[in-house]
Parts: sequence; structure tokens; C-alpha cells
Amino acid sequence: MTAHAHGDHHGSDHHGDAHAHGSFRSYMIGFLLSVVLTAVPFWLVMGEVMDPSLTTVAILGLGVVQIVVHMVYFLHMNSRSENGWTMLALIFTLILVVITLTGSLWVMYHLNANMMPVHDMSRMP
Amino acid sequence: MTATAHAATLKTGDAPVFHEVEEHAHPEGSSTMLGFWIYLMSDCLIFAVLFATYGVLGGSYAAGPSPKDLFDLPLVALNTSMLLLSSITYGFAMLTMEKGRVGQTQAWLAITGLFGLAFLSIELYEFAHMIHLGATPQRSAFLSSFFTLVGTHGLHVTFGIIWLVTLMVQVARHGLIPANRRRLMCLSMFWHFLDVIWIGVFTFVYLMGMLR
Repeated sequence: MTAHAHGDHHGSDHHGDAHAHGSFRSYMIGFLLSVVLTAVPFWLVMGEVMDPSLTTVAILGLGVVQIVVHMVYFLHMNSRSENGWTMLALIFTLILVVITLTGSLWVMYHLNANMMPVHDMSRMP
Repeated sequence: MTATAHAATLKTGDAPVFHEVEEHAHPEGSSTMLGFWIYLMSDCLIFAVLFATYGVLGGSYAAGPSPKDLFDLPLVALNTSMLLLSSITYGFAMLTMEKGRVGQTQAWLAITGLFGLAFLSIELYEFAHMIHLGATPQRSAFLSSFFTLVGTHGLHVTFGIIWLVTLMVQVARHGLIPANRRRLMCLSMFWHFLDVIWIGVFTFVYLMGMLR
């Protein structure tokens, strides 16, 4: 929070540098969090700690959390920078990303399931 | 600018003007950050499409090698740590830039560039090793989409390093003038953004590939 406060103060000083820079403390918090959030999924997969489907959910969740951490601590995202236009652009992009990813995967999964009865080569006689 | 200002003053004599005739002055570069952010969002969409392609094609091995045969997770972990370290060193470069220390900023930028080069070298070694094993982009749909997605990220890092060296030359010649600060802030966003994309790559491609 101190980083954000610093950024706002800074932004009001000169309009050109409206983006916050963060402080040494906020960069270190972000770095340590991202190290932990990287190490845990690698450990889960390399150590085969849980069953694969549970691991998949866990690493996807940790990935999303790490992206948010990077956005906040390294890219200094907040709802006030550039009068909220960066946040608006981000939300718009995220909507397009979600439509692209889920749409492609959903459509192609059903296309594979319905159109290709023998798509698994290992089960061929 | 002056012509419109003259026109406005002439007009105000004739009839009242109820709207802002002349756009109020913006300092130079005041919209650069937002513009660059919107460029990054367009880049994000490129990667979204490549991720979707990998998601669709990533399981089609054409009886060729699968992720379990090819990926070396300790190497990917090393690669990831290089990119993470380059992110924090770029952060330090920005903090020293704030204090106006040219020498320290240059040093942190150089360290960031070296971590970036280490990341690229490890990635190129991985690619060379895979191609040596016969896992070329032409081998299967999985490998085509893999090389396109990871290669595009690698290209971004390459251009980021070229940009970084360019800015180090600019800072050496002109110091930390406002224009150079603005450029360094844009590169900062670009560099951290590549880190965000890499989180998606190591989670979606490498780790989930090993779980398939």
C-alpha cells in the first residue's frame, strides 16, 4: 500500500511519470512471493506429490496467483493509474483472452470427440 | 496550434463558444505509458492465440515424442529463475533511476541484460537439443505449436535485450533525462510483462505437459 501511495504522490508531481515505481520493499515482497509461487508448482510436479488431476488444478491456480502478484508488485497495476484506463484496457483484454482460450479449447475438444472416432493411435488394433 | 488559437480568439468575438476550442496542453510523453500499456495488451492477445493453438494441438504427437520424452524440468526451473532474477534486477535499476544515479542504473541494467542472455542461451540450448533428437517443428502438431509459442516468447526477450543495450547507450550519452526515464519505464513494463507470459508458459506448456 505504501508503494501505491508513493505512486499517487509522484503522479501528481509531474503528469508524465504517472506510473508508480514501487519501493525496494514492494519489489522484494513481489520477488519472494514469485520465488515461492514458482518453486511450489515445480516441486508438486517433479516430486509427484499429489495425483495428476489435483496437481493440474493446483499449478493452474498457483500460476494465476503468481500472475496477479507480478501485475501488482512489478507492473504496479492498480485501478487508479492513468485514471483507470490501464485497468479498463486490462479487463477488456482479459475478457478477450478468456473467450479465445476457453472457446478454442471447448470447440476443438468437441470436434475431436465427435469427428474422430479413432484418434488414439495406441488403441488401434 | 497558434493558428487554431487565433481562430478561437476571433470566433469568441463573434459568438459565445460553449465548448473547449483548443485542447489543453499535455506535457510531452504524458500519454506514452498508457499507449505502451495498450501495445502490451495487444501483445497479450497474440500470446493468448498462441496459447490457444498449443492447447488445441499440444496433444497431437503424430506418434512422435511427447513432452515427457523431451522436457527437462530442472533446466526449465533454472531458466525460470534466470527470468525471475532479471525481473528483480530491472526493478533495482528503476529504483536507482529514481534516485538519479547513472552509474548504478547502468550496472543494474547490465546485470538484467546478462540474466536475459542466460535465459536465451538456456532456451537455445534446449531447442538445439530437441532438434538434435529429431524433435523439429515439422515433426508433429505438438512440436509446431510448442516452437511457435516458446519461440515467440524467446524472440520478445531477444528484442528486449536489444532494446536494453540501446537504452544503455542512450543513458551513457545523454544521462537520465526525462525522455530516457520514459523509455526505461516502457522497457520495464515490457520486461515484467514477458515474465508474466513466462508464468503461463512454464505452467501450461512444461508443467502440464509432464502431467499429460
